[in-house]
Amino acid sequence: MAVKTLTIDGKAISAREEQTILQAARENGITIPTLCQLNGTSDIGACRLCLVEVAGIPKLLPACVTRVGEGMEVSTDSERIREYRKMIVELLFAERNHVCAACVENGHCELQDLAISVGMDHSRYDYMNPKCAVDITHPRYGIDHNRCVLCGRCVRVCDEIEGAHTWDFQGRGANTRTISDMFVPWGQAASCTSCGKCVQACPTGAIFRRGSTVAEMKKDRTRLDFIVTAREKKQWIA
Amino acid sequence: MDLNDLIEIAEKENAGAKPIRLRCCTAAGCLSQQGDAVKNALQQAVADAGMSDRVEVIGVGCMGLCSAGPLVKVDPDGALFEQVQPEQCASIIASLNGGGPASASVGSDDIPFFSKQHPIVLENSGRINPERIESYIATGGYQALYHSLRDMAPADVVEEISKSGLRGRGGAGFPTGLKWATVAKMTAERKYIVCNADEGDPGAFMDRSVLESDPHRVLEGMAIAAYAVGATQGFVYVRGEYPLAIARLKTAIQQARRMGLLGTQIFESPFDFRVDLRIGAGAFVCGEETALLRSIEGQRGTPRPRPPFPAQSGLWGYPTLINNVETFANIAPIVTRGSEWFSGIGTEKSKGTKVFALAGKVTNTGLIEVPMGTPLRTIVEEMGGGVPDGKVKAVQTGGPSGGCIPAAHLDTPVDYESLAKLGSIMGSGGMIVMDQSDNMVGVAKFFMEFCMDESCGKCVPCRAGTAQIHKILSKITDGLATSADLDTLRSLCEMVKSTSLCGLGQSAPNPVLSTLRYYPDEYQACIDGGATAEASA
Repeated sequence: MAVKTLTIDGKAISAREEQTILQAARENGITIPTLCQLNGTSDIGACRLCLVEVAGIPKLLPACVTRVGEGMEVSTDSERIREYRKMIVELLFAERNHVCAACVENGHCELQDLAISVGMDHSRYDYMNPKCAVDITHPRYGIDHNRCVLCGRCVRVCDEIEGAHTWDFQGRGANTRTISDMFVPWGQAASCTSCGKCVQACPTGAIFRRGSTVAEMKKDRTRLDFIVTAREKKQWIA
Repeated sequence: MDLNDLIEIAEKENAGAKPIRLRCCTAAGCLSQQGDAVKNALQQAVADAGMSDRVEVIGVGCMGLCSAGPLVKVDPDGALFEQVQPEQCASIIASLNGGGPASASVGSDDIPFFSKQHPIVLENSGRINPERIESYIATGGYQALYHSLRDMAPADVVEEISKSGLRGRGGAGFPTGLKWATVAKMTAERKYIVCNADEGDPGAFMDRSVLESDPHRVLEGMAIAAYAVGATQGFVYVRGEYPLAIARLKTAIQQARRMGLLGTQIFESPFDFRVDLRIGAGAFVCGEETALLRSIEGQRGTPRPRPPFPAQSGLWGYPTLINNVETFANIAPIVTRGSEWFSGIGTEKSKGTKVFALAGKVTNTGLIEVPMGTPLRTIVEEMGGGVPDGKVKAVQTGGPSGGCIPAAHLDTPVDYESLAKLGSIMGSGGMIVMDQSDNMVGVAKFFMEFCMDESCGKCVPCRAGTAQIHKILSKITDGLATSADLDTLRSLCEMVKSTSLCGLGQSAPNPVLSTLRYYPDEYQACIDGGATAEASA
């Protein structure tokens, strides 16, 4: 096992060579904001919130998919990065119809937390007000596309952990929608095992347990990581 | 099949040619103007005049001057008939018989549009019949493949391409030899060759024309590449909007397979290479290499972060060499004529030639191939014949990923670095000329709408950012914007450029940024105009 030494925000750290900058940072108590990343599923580098600067490389690199390197000088909190992160979060809020006051996830929402952490108090962009559907055809769960940020966590958790691949995307650009099976209502999706992993994976109130009311929905994301890593961490043994 | 067989086919083909040949363009541009009816009428006229023994009508690929189509060229006397109508065909045939001048308008191929060209990629285009492999073999086709397999080690081929200085013609200009060397060095049980023919830039039709006019040239280039890097399977990924290119490629693959030029034990060597077609379903983003590979695998065409690059981990995780149509079309001539010949053309850092699709407000629209480093002015004013009424305002290169180069910079030589310095890119070769009546804010908005619609939706900056940029541009053109919107526009463009996942998002702001840089007055005029309109209302 090879070990690399590098600095993140001036702090000298060591990391195994297969680790990503994000993993190394987290191990050392350095927080890099993320949204599409979810422990236990593959990393796709889509939300662009974890972009960091690496000395000598002009491009910003996504920390979740960039491996550590010897002597790397990583900066996770420059003024430029802070500004870009804030813009990304503002773009997300303007893109769909996020109304925290009426959301099941209010108070436990990752998007809300992100907004607070980047210091956003309003979005400087025009709201797009797209028409989005709410699907409550499933007997236990529902999906409200108004709150979806297209992070793809439900898609990956369903495919990679549950193995059902009920969720996927259709459409392009701003018209991209999360769909179940071949675009049938969730309640009719034959592949869905009703395991509820997507509910736990969803960072916002987009996928929720039916019957929850405002601010009642609280998700347990460590559960998913546990399912994937429990064996190697020997957590099955009580 | 060996070299003698190739030479024999070529000799037979050349000996069988009749004294007078009428080359009739049957590429998509001329076909859309009844080119096929012209060809049929010519054949009928030849038969009616009883001249079938010494005159033949050949369907060929693109001759370049699309604005004057349908084109008919007479060999060997060289007359070029323009905008030929089916009813004029009888008089053309009669003129060959000394029956007075033909009623069709006669163009000249001694105009700068033709004389300033340096055809390498397009050397067979408009000369050979793209639907007959013999026609390609008659020009020396497949001899470069034979030469590579029999006289060169794979490493020699890679070395030759590296020395030639060829750079990727898909737009980014990555050194081709370096890419080949990377794939060749990978040890894997399987490797793939992919030809990117998902040409999607509005106004660009170089790859389509090459595939419609000389498909075997591309297949030969792919086979040489496969031998050089150790691949046995190739894919050509063509966009579904190119039915003729697809049909001709299918025919070409079949013919090459039948002759043993593709398939197993090519030229009785141990080298096997199979080529299959994959048809795109209309997503622009599938021209991005990682999205294209996903699409070939049967997945949703979305890009993924690089590294790993396809050269390390491409199709199904195997090392994959992916090059553009035009890049592959350059391979056979380099192998035949040598890297020194090729590197003698062009500039210090950009070798060879580049094919451009000349379009927009210019007299001669069509396809041209010029040496790298040719000044924009030569292309637009001499070859293109300038703007019909008025003056050039700007030239847009690189499609939705490129920028607008103002007329003041027309003396810029066209090469990768010079265009990048002006905030545009070489791109795949689209070149749109604009005149004084074109509104640059409108141009920027057009391209941004394109990028917004074609964003795959995976990463936030591209998906949501392009939509916001488009919204601000709409406000500006509607006269509803303020100066504050201009600042927001600038900051959004910089952010989308710096943070997007793939080339689509990273380059999407270029048309806006370049017009903001060269034409700030037009943006300001929209804003001021809007403000006065509001005040008076």
